[in-house]
Amino acid sequence: MADAQTTIVEGHEEIPHLQHHFDDPEQQFNSSQMGMWVFLLTEIMFFGGMFGAYTVYRAMYPGAFASTRHHMDTALGAINTMVLLCSSLTMVLAVRSAQLGRKKPLLSFIGITVFFGLIFLFIKGLEYYHKYVEHLIPGYGFQYPQQAYFHPAQILFCLYFVMTGFHALHMIIGIGLMTWLFIKAKNDTFTPEYYTPVEICGLYWHFVDIVWIFLFPLLYLIGLHLPG
Amino acid sequence: MSTVAAVHEPRAEERENYLNANYGWKSWLFTTDHKRIAILYIVSITLFFFIGGFFALLMRLELATPQGDLVSSDTYNKLFTMHGIIMVFFFLVPSIPATLGNFLIPLMVGAKDLAFPRINLLSWYIYIIGGIFAISAIAMGGVDTGWTFYTPFSSTYSTTFVVAAAAGIFIAGFSSILTGLNFIVTIHKMRAPGMTWGRLPLFVWSHYATSLIQILGTPVIAITLALLGLERIFHIGIFDPSIGGDPILFQHLFWFYSHPAVYIMILPGMGVISEIVPCFSRKRIFGYNFVAASSIAIAVLGFLVWGHHLFVTGQSMYASLMFSILSMVVAVPSAIKVFNWTATMWRGSISYQTPMLYAFGFIGLFTIGGLTGVFLATLPIDVHLTDTYFVIAHFHYVMVGGMVMAYLGGMHFWWPKITGKLYPEGWAKFGALIVFVGFNLTFFPQFILGYQGMPRRYHAYAPEFQVLNVMSSAGASILGVGYLIPFIYLLWSLKYGKPAGKNPFGAKGLEWTTYSPPPTFNFDEQPVMREEAYAYGEKEEVVG
Amino acid sequence: MHHPITSLKTYVLVWAALIVLTGTTWGVAYIDMGPFNIVVAITIAVVKMMLVAVIFMNARHLDHVSKLFAAAGLFWLLILLVFFLSDYLSRDWQPIGKMW
Repeated sequence: MADAQTTIVEGHEEIPHLQHHFDDPEQQFNSSQMGMWVFLLTEIMFFGGMFGAYTVYRAMYPGAFASTRHHMDTALGAINTMVLLCSSLTMVLAVRSAQLGRKKPLLSFIGITVFFGLIFLFIKGLEYYHKYVEHLIPGYGFQYPQQAYFHPAQILFCLYFVMTGFHALHMIIGIGLMTWLFIKAKNDTFTPEYYTPVEICGLYWHFVDIVWIFLFPLLYLIGLHLPG
Repeated sequence: MSTVAAVHEPRAEERENYLNANYGWKSWLFTTDHKRIAILYIVSITLFFFIGGFFALLMRLELATPQGDLVSSDTYNKLFTMHGIIMVFFFLVPSIPATLGNFLIPLMVGAKDLAFPRINLLSWYIYIIGGIFAISAIAMGGVDTGWTFYTPFSSTYSTTFVVAAAAGIFIAGFSSILTGLNFIVTIHKMRAPGMTWGRLPLFVWSHYATSLIQILGTPVIAITLALLGLERIFHIGIFDPSIGGDPILFQHLFWFYSHPAVYIMILPGMGVISEIVPCFSRKRIFGYNFVAASSIAIAVLGFLVWGHHLFVTGQSMYASLMFSILSMVVAVPSAIKVFNWTATMWRGSISYQTPMLYAFGFIGLFTIGGLTGVFLATLPIDVHLTDTYFVIAHFHYVMVGGMVMAYLGGMHFWWPKITGKLYPEGWAKFGALIVFVGFNLTFFPQFILGYQGMPRRYHAYAPEFQVLNVMSSAGASILGVGYLIPFIYLLWSLKYGKPAGKNPFGAKGLEWTTYSPPPTFNFDEQPVMREEAYAYGEKEEVVG
Repeated sequence: MHHPITSLKTYVLVWAALIVLTGTTWGVAYIDMGPFNIVVAITIAVVKMMLVAVIFMNARHLDHVSKLFAAAGLFWLLILLVFFLSDYLSRDWQPIGKMW
C-alpha cells in the first residue's frame, strides 16, 4: 500500500512522485496546498486561544499590562521581528528557486532561512535569560517593582512565556522542516514540476512569521506612549 | 447505477478484495488503505466504548441505593470523570467519522483513497497514543475533575492525574484534526466525474460539516488543555484567582470547542440517517438542499452558542441573553432535518429492517433530546435545571439515543459492504429492540429526577429519588446487554454470515456499485456519476 | 504545472515595506494617541499580515476555496475574541430601569 515513487499514468510517461490515488500531478499539488492551508487554519485557532486569553486579561488589567513596558526588551523584539521578516524573504526566494529549477540558490536560501531562524531563537533565549535574572518568571520567585500590579503582571508574564514559547516551539519545528528540505534538495528531489514540499514548508514558515507579526506589538509595544 | 446481486456473481472469497489482498500484522499496521484504517479504528473505538461503558455500569450500580455505599465519593468522582473523558474524546468524537467516514467517503465520491492516506494512518496512531495516555491516567489512579476539567480545582487542588488525561485528549485532538483535514481536501479535490456537490450523498455533506468543526474547534481545546497542564506543572497562574486570573476564562476556552464538539458527535449520525431513510422508504430524500445546507448551518451556528454552559457561572447577563437566543436558533437546522426525514418517509414504501429500526429510534430519541436542549437554553429554566440529572438525560438522549443508535444503524447498513457478509436479521432486530427499551428505561427517569432536583456528580442522593434511580440502573443493565448482542452476532457473521452481494439493500450510491468487500482500489473502473443522488423509485428493486 | 512565478523585484519590495512598517509600528508606539495606540498597532500588523499572506504565501493565486478557508480562519478568530469580550466588557453593565 506504500505510495509509489513513480506511477505509470495510462497513456503518459512515468511521472515521478505522483501518488497512486491521484489522477495527475496538478491534482496532487493542489490537494497538498489546500491541505496545508487547512492545517494553518487550525494553527490560527491554536494561537487564537492564547490571543483570546490575552485580549480578556488586557481588557481587565490595562494598567498592569502597560506597566510591563519597563521590563520588556523592546529593541530585541523589534530586531527579532526584522530577522523573521528577512527569513520570510529568503524562504520565498527558496521557493522561487525551486520553481525555476535552480538547485544552488535553493540550497543557499534554505540555509540562510535556517540561519535567521537560529538567530531568532538565540535572541529569544537572551530575552528569557533577562527575565530569569530580573525575577520575572511567574511562580519562580516573581518580583515586581510596581507593587500595585504585582498579581496581574504575573498574568501578563504567563502569557508572554506561553505565547512566545509556543511560537518558539513552532520555529524549532520549522527549522527541522527546513533541514529536511535541505537534505531532500541536496538529493535532487525537486524540479520545476515537483517542488510541493518546498511550497508547503514555505507556507508554514510564513505563518509562523505572521504570528510573530502580531506578538510583537501585543507584547513589546504596550504602553510605550505613557509617561515614565 | 445499482443493481441487484446477479445470480452468478463470483463469491467474495474468490475475488481479491481489500481484506485478503495482504496478510500479516505488518500489512495491517503499516497499511495506507482507508478501508483497513477504518477497521483499525472500529476495533479501537469498540474497545474504548466498553471501557467507558464499564465506568457507567459501576456508576449505575452505586446509584441503585441512595447511600454512597459502593464506592467513596472520591472514587465516584473518578468514575464519572473517566466515563466522560473516554466516551466523549475516545469514542464519540472519532466514532462515525473515523470508522464509517474513513471507509465510505472515498467510495461515495468515487475515489481510490482519501487525499492523504499516510496522514490517515498517522491519525490512527496518534489516536492510539492519546488513548494510551488516557488509559495510563486510569491505571495510575484516575482523574476526578469531571471531563470538563474546571479550574481552579483541576489546575490547583486536584491530586489526581490531570496532566496525563489532558495529554491524552490533547494528542487525540490531533487525530481528529488530521481526519477532518483529510476529509475536507478529499471532498473538494477527489470527486469522480459527474459527482457535483449537488449529487454528493448527504453522508458526505455531514462529514464535511463535521470536518469544518474539527478543524476550527479542536485547536482551541488543545491550547486550553496545554494551558491547564502548564499551570499544573509550572504553577503559572493564568486561571488562578489569587493572582487575578479568571476561572471563567477557562470555561469560555473549554466550551468554545466542547460545544461545537457535540455537533462533531451528532452530524455524522445525521448523515447516516440521511442515507438509511431514503433507502428503506424507497424514496428520494425530501429537500436535499435543505438537509445539506442545514449541516453547514449547524456547523457554523454551533460555534456561537457555547455560553449556554456558563449561564450560572457569573457570565455577564447580556452575554447570556445573546447565547440563549443563539442556542434556540441552532435548534432550527436540526429540526429541519427531522422534518425532511419524516417527509421522506411519507408515502414511501417502508421496510422495517434493522438499519431502519435504528433510524426510527434515532429520529424519535434525538427529537426528545434536542427539544430538551431548547428547555435548557431558556435562561430561567436553566437556572433550575443546571447541574441536575435533567442535563444528563438531555445529552444522553442526543448522544446515546441519537449518535450511538446512528452508529449501530450505520454499522448494520454498511456491514455487508465492509465485510462481505450478512448479519442475522432476526437477532439484529431483537438487539435493536433491547437497546431501545434499555436506553429509555435508563434515561427517561433521569429527566424526572433532574426536574425534581437531583444533582449530578454525587454518589449519594436523597431517598425519595430511589425508585427512579433503580429504574435507571435496571435500564442500564438491559442497555448493556443490548450492546453485547450486536457485538456477538456481528463477530459471528464474519465467519458464518451469508455472503452479501454488491447491494443487498438495493441502495443508491457509488459505494453499492462495487463489490462487497471492495477491492483495494475501490473500483475496477473509474466510476462516473450520471444520475442525481437518491434516485430511488425509478426502478423497482427487490429487497431481501 | 503552470504556477505563476512572482518577480524578484516584487518580493524585495514587499520585504522592504514590511521592514519599514515594523520600524513605523515601533516608532509610533511612543506617540500618545490614547486609545488609538492599540488600534494603530493592530492595523499595521494586519497590513503586514496581508502582505505576507497575499504576496509571500501566494494567497492571491489560490483557488477560491483555499482563499475562503484562510478568510474563515480569521473570521473564526474574530468570533472567539468578540464573544469573549462580550462577556467581560458587559459584566458591569447595570440594567437601565425596568424592561417592560
